Amino acid sequence: MKLSQLKEGQSCIIESFTDEFLKLKLMEMGCIPGEIVNVVRLAPMGDPIAITVSNYTLSMRKEEADTVIVKMFEAGN
Amino acid sequence: MSDQILTSDLRPPSSDFRQTKMTRKIKVALVGNPNSGKSTLFNALTGLNQKIANFPGVTVEKKTGICTAVGASGETIKAEIIDLPGTYSLYPKTPDEQIPFGVLCDPENESYPDITIIIADGTNLKRSLFLCSQIVDLKTPVILAINMIDLMTYKGIRVDYAGLSEKLGIRVFPISARKHIGIEELKKALAEPVTVQEKDFIDSKKFAPEVVDGIRGEINVNSNYGAFQIANNLNLIGWFKKNPEKKEKIKSLLAQYSFDNTQLQAGETLERYKVITEVMSLHVKIEDVKKHPQWSKGLDNILTHRVWGYVIFLAVLFLIFQAIFSWAKYPMDFIDSIFADFGSFVHDHLPQGVLNDLLVNGIIAGLAGIIIFVPQIALLFAFIAILEDTGYMARVSFIMDRIMRRYGLNGRSVIPLISGVACAVPAILSTRTIQSWKQRIVTIMVTPLMSCSARLPVYTLIISIIIPSNPVWGIINRQGLVLMSLYLIGFFAAIGSAFLMKWFVKARNRDYFIMELPLYHIPRWSNVGITIYDKVKIFLFDAGKVIIAISIILWFLSSRGPGEQFNSVQNKIDVLTTENAVSNSDEINHLQAQRLEESYAGKMGKWLEPVIKPLGFDWKIGIALVTSFAAREVFVGTMSTIYSAGNENKGDLTVRDKMMAEKNPETGGPRYTVAVGWSLMLFYAFAMQCMSTLAVVKRETGGWKWPIIQFFFMGALAYLSSLIIYDILK
Repeated sequence: MKLSQLKEGQSCIIESFTDEFLKLKLMEMGCIPGEIVNVVRLAPMGDPIAITVSNYTLSMRKEEADTVIVKMFEAGN
Repeated sequence: MSDQILTSDLRPPSSDFRQTKMTRKIKVALVGNPNSGKSTLFNALTGLNQKIANFPGVTVEKKTGICTAVGASGETIKAEIIDLPGTYSLYPKTPDEQIPFGVLCDPENESYPDITIIIADGTNLKRSLFLCSQIVDLKTPVILAINMIDLMTYKGIRVDYAGLSEKLGIRVFPISARKHIGIEELKKALAEPVTVQEKDFIDSKKFAPEVVDGIRGEINVNSNYGAFQIANNLNLIGWFKKNPEKKEKIKSLLAQYSFDNTQLQAGETLERYKVITEVMSLHVKIEDVKKHPQWSKGLDNILTHRVWGYVIFLAVLFLIFQAIFSWAKYPMDFIDSIFADFGSFVHDHLPQGVLNDLLVNGIIAGLAGIIIFVPQIALLFAFIAILEDTGYMARVSFIMDRIMRRYGLNGRSVIPLISGVACAVPAILSTRTIQSWKQRIVTIMVTPLMSCSARLPVYTLIISIIIPSNPVWGIINRQGLVLMSLYLIGFFAAIGSAFLMKWFVKARNRDYFIMELPLYHIPRWSNVGITIYDKVKIFLFDAGKVIIAISIILWFLSSRGPGEQFNSVQNKIDVLTTENAVSNSDEINHLQAQRLEESYAGKMGKWLEPVIKPLGFDWKIGIALVTSFAAREVFVGTMSTIYSAGNENKGDLTVRDKMMAEKNPETGGPRYTVAVGWSLMLFYAFAMQCMSTLAVVKRETGGWKWPIIQFFFMGALAYLSSLIIYDILK
C-alpha cells in the first residue's frame, strides 16, 4: 500500500519508492526502507500530511506520499 | 554526561605556529541542516559584525561575519565566518543547496574554507550525521558542533562525545547556541590546527571504482568521495568552466562506465545511514524516550486544526496588518516631519539656486522617500522573525499549502501578499522565506497588485470627486463600498495573475514540499533584532541607491524645462521669491502650475496625451502619471500644483474643489466624470508606479529582467482595464 493511504495515527514500515527524484530527497531526510513511520497529522482537506520518522516530524504533500510504498506496522509485530 | 563538556583532544602533539604578533586570517564555512540553530550559532560567533550580500550569480543570501579568537598557543586569528544556506545533504536539489556543494567541493571557489564547522541538531543526530559524514569524507579540515545540549538533556539523549569524535576523526564540541554554552571552546578551536580524518567514513570508491580513479588521475582531488561528488554534479563546479577539456574527458569517462547518478546516490545514502545507525548504537543512548514534548504536540493540535488553525492564522495576519498599517504610521509621520523641517531649514539657510533646489527637492526628498519605509520593514520583519523562530511559519505552510498551490503560490506566499496591502516593499523583501524559486518569483510578481497604502490618498481623492457620500439603503456608505471594492479588485488581480503566471514562469528545480516541522521554540530576541537590522540595512543600501537615482531624475524632469517659456516662468518665480513678495500667493501658485506645464515632465505629459486619451485622461493627468512614478501618493501633490490649489486652512479652494470645477472643453461637462474617475482608479490599482518596489524586485531577483517584465505586465493590465472601464461607463 501507499503512505498516502494511511489514516491519522497509523504506523507503517517503508518498503520502496516509485519516484527516483523524491526517493533521494526522502532518503536523505531519513526515510530509509525499513524505517518505521507514523502518520501524526493530516492538514485540513487531508493534504499535506505530517509523519514522524527517526524522532522528528516531516511534512509532505499527498502526491509525494503516493510515491512511498509501505506495509502496515502493528505494535508487537 | 550531557551537562559535562567533554571534548576529544586530537590535536597534533605540538603546534607548528609560533606566537606571532600578526593575526592570521582564515575562512570558516558554517554548514548544517535547516532548523539546526545555525543562524543562532552564526550570531553568537560574529555578533553584529555581519555583512550580507548575494553569492555571485545567484540570489541566495550570503552572510559573512568576523570572529576573533585566541588559541591554546596564544595565537590570535581573525576568522571570516561564511554562513552557508541550510541543507540536508551535499546533493543539491534547490538553488540554495547548490551553494554548500559549490563552496565545499570546489577549492577554486572564492569562499572555499580553511575550516568547516558543521552544526548538528543534537535532538536529530541521525539525520545531522548524514550531512556531517559526507563532509568528513571530503577530507577537508572539519569541526563538529553538536547543538541543543540543553534540549538533549531534557529528552534524555546522552552522547559519548569522545567516542563519536574518534569514530569521525574530527573534534566534536557539545554546545547550546541559544544558551551560549560551549561557544568559547568552539572559537578557541578555530585558532588551533584542525585534523583531517584519514579513514573514509564509508568507502565511496566501491560504488564506481574506475570513475573515481579516472577522475583522480585527471585532476587533483584529495579524496575518493570528492571525486565521486564531482562525477555526480559535474555541471555545478565552477572550475570546469575554465577547463572545458577536463570536463569533456570526465564526461566520456562517465559514459564509458555508464555512471548512473540516481542509483549510486541511493546506494551511498543507504550505506551512510547503515554506518550511522551502527555509530549511534555505540555512542548515543536515548534513555527516556519522550518522542515529542507534549506541549509541542498540543500546540499542533490547535494551530493546525481545520477550524482553529485558520482562525488563529487570520488573527495573526490581522495583527501584522494592523502593525504595518497603523502602528507604523506614528514613526512614519515623525520621519516625514523631520525631513520636511530639515528640507525647509536647508532651503532657507543655503543660497537660493539650482543646487539648493536639487538638495531639497531631489536628494533630501529622495532620502525621505527611502527612510520612510524603515518602520514598516522593521515591524514586518519583527513578526516574520518571530513566526520563523518559533516554528509557527512551517505550520502556516502546512495548513495553507493546499489552497495556495492551486494558484501557483506557496503556503508562505500568504504573508507577503497580505503585507502587500500595507506596502509592497517589505512584502517583497519577505519572500526569501519561500524556498521554491518559481513560487517566489510568482509571489514577487503579483504582490504589488495588492492595494498598498500609497494608493489610498489617490483613491480617497478621486472617490470624493466622483462618488456621492449619501448612503445606499440608508446605512451603507457608498464611498466606503467603492474603496473596499478597489481592495478586492487588487486581491483578485493578484490571485488571477499568479494563476496565469504559473504557466509562464519556468521552474528551476522540481517543486516539492518535503519539509521538517520543527519543534516549537521561544523566539530568540537577539535573532529577531539581527533580522530586523539586516533587512533594514539591505533596503537602505541596496534598494536605496536606485531610489535616490530615480528621485534625482524625477526632480530634474519636473523642475527643469526646455525652451524660453520655461526660463521666463522660472525668472518670474525667482523675482517674486527673492523680493519676498509672497503676499500674492495666488500668483505664485499660478506660476508654479505654469512652470510644471513647461517643464520636461509637463512636456512628457503632453506627449503622452494621445496615448492616454482613450482612457479619458488629459495631459494634466499625464504629468501626474510621470511624477507619481516616484510614489503613487505624489499624484495628489502634483494635481495640487497643476490646479494651483491653495491652502485649505486659509479658506482657499482645495485640489478637490478645483478638480470638480474643471470642465472638459470637448463636452462642456465636468472633466472628472464617473468614467474618468474609475478609469484613473483602476490605472492606479494596476500600474507599477513605484520605483521603490522596482528597486527591491531588482535586488531580490538579481537583475533587471523581472522588474522590467513586471513593469510592462502591470502597465498593460492597467491600460487595458482603464480602457475597458472608460468605454463602458462613458
